[in-house]
Amino acid sequence: MLDATEGYTTEDGRKIGGVVMEMKNITLRFGGVTAIEDISFDVHEGEIRAIIGPNGAGKSSMLNVISGFYNPQEGEVWYKGAKRPPMKPYQVARQGIARTFQNIALFEGMTVLDNVMTGRIRQMKAGLLSQALWKGKAEREEVENRAFVEKIIDFLEIQHIRKTPVGRLPYGLKKRVELARALAAEPSILLLDEPMAGMNVEEKEDMSRFVLDVNDEFGTTIVLIEHDMGVVMDLSDRVVVMDYGKKIGDGTPDEVRGNQAVIDAYLGVAHD
Amino acid sequence: MPEQFIWGIEVFLNGLMAGVLYALVALGFVLIYKASGIFNYAQGVMALFAALTLVGIMEGQVPFSHLINATFGTEIHHFGWHVPAFAAILLTMVVMIALAWVVNTLIFKHLVNQEPIILFMATIGLAYFLEGFGDMMWGSDIKTLNVGLPQGINPVIDEVTYNIFDYGFFIDNLDIVATVIAAALVFTLIVFAQYTKQGRAMRAVADDHQAALSVGISLNFIWVMVWSLAGFVALVAGIMWGTKSGVQFSLSLIALKALPVLMLGGFTSIPGAIVGGLLIGVGEKLFEFAIGAPYLGGATEIWFAYVLALIFLVFRPQGLFGEKIIERV
Repeated sequence: MLDATEGYTTEDGRKIGGVVMEMKNITLRFGGVTAIEDISFDVHEGEIRAIIGPNGAGKSSMLNVISGFYNPQEGEVWYKGAKRPPMKPYQVARQGIARTFQNIALFEGMTVLDNVMTGRIRQMKAGLLSQALWKGKAEREEVENRAFVEKIIDFLEIQHIRKTPVGRLPYGLKKRVELARALAAEPSILLLDEPMAGMNVEEKEDMSRFVLDVNDEFGTTIVLIEHDMGVVMDLSDRVVVMDYGKKIGDGTPDEVRGNQAVIDAYLGVAHD
Repeated sequence: MPEQFIWGIEVFLNGLMAGVLYALVALGFVLIYKASGIFNYAQGVMALFAALTLVGIMEGQVPFSHLINATFGTEIHHFGWHVPAFAAILLTMVVMIALAWVVNTLIFKHLVNQEPIILFMATIGLAYFLEGFGDMMWGSDIKTLNVGLPQGINPVIDEVTYNIFDYGFFIDNLDIVATVIAAALVFTLIVFAQYTKQGRAMRAVADDHQAALSVGISLNFIWVMVWSLAGFVALVAGIMWGTKSGVQFSLSLIALKALPVLMLGGFTSIPGAIVGGLLIGVGEKLFEFAIGAPYLGGATEIWFAYVLALIFLVFRPQGLFGEKIIERV
């Protein structure tokens, strides 16, 4: 069913492409603490890939490795068929890997529109001088990018708060603005760090719908970390399970659900 | 119309012009503070350094000539050429950009995420280093700076006001030029911050480093850019002050006058720096004219700005335009 170059077809009949990113034997240490130990997994184009595990399992560390915030001591990151050299986070972002944060990192003093516009920095190429003169290329670029951003804003249903400074928004909406900013970059891979954390049931349902819609509408590859087992199993095509920095399971939600190591470590079978 | 009132108007106008110069220095502080949270004590010294370099380049001075002569027993002081003002200003800007890069690479890049007080101390170190370095490079004598800006009484204003009030106002041409240039500078900076990609990135970095990185903004690039901008503002301020009162080391002390300006205007607001500068300029001149000189024995200009700032600190700590400080408990 799985093939590195050919891709596969999901249970609900979606066509998934070949491997877009591969983590090979990643090990990450902080001093004496090993946060990630020899983990390998791949991400196929167009799939929703989840990383789950109990608190402290190393999920966020893994996301930070992918987005360049941490550089692992051992292992290789392969992206679009090439080995990636150690990179700064901004360089990773410019390669088309966008992310959100568990604790939300938005520009609080800027409006929603400006926040989402910062996501377009990768697409804006006009030099300072041509922008200063506000002519030709720069103006066309600004208009095009603005149009794309408005599309994203409509898509995520945040039109009504376009001009509101982000600092004034409630938590659930901030999460959505952060998603909008990441989407504005037209990423090849979208990393979501606990997108439903701290949300109520209704907000969670909204966010799940948006994640599925984004994947469906833009064909975006999504890697997400999540605590909420129910949400993960419904959303994702394939799941990596981590515990104490090690990979203890990898497969479709059904496969993972039946994996004894996963049940023991994560679901707490002892209580049955 | 009573004479006192007419003189008052003239004092007011002169205060406005002096305020523009304060505002220029304060503007440099605001730029760096907004983008990196660093209160740059060295801003005044940067203005001095820029002015020294400009004079040095224009007059074809050999940099470090004292050091060279002492080491090698030579007697060289000048290259023997004169560089036109415009070219010299461009060259000085190149020097200021290089300085920005060096300052960021050698100092502030390594102090990311440190306490504000540590960053502040680093800028004090930078200020004194730069003062000594400027001295070593260009010598410590007072220099005159003339880049061709008009100076002296403006005859038109003199004549017009004479016809109206029977008393000609003394407004210096240089002050008028300074005002126009400052206005243009502020307008440019605001347009830059609001409407360009780099400006948006600058605001983003000022707001949240992590988020800025995640959308592909290089922090180092933005910091070098901001220090260069501050260097440019310092150069403009250095030219104005240097032309007005000569390039001398007391120039670095005007940095301290920018402090009350910032307390009034707020550390984070570009318009605030301008309004704060004007308020202090006008305030201290009018106070001296109406109260200081006749009743308090004069010289109130020295302390008026600080006392005004103190009053502001008590009643409106975030300044006129600063972001309101709300601490959630």
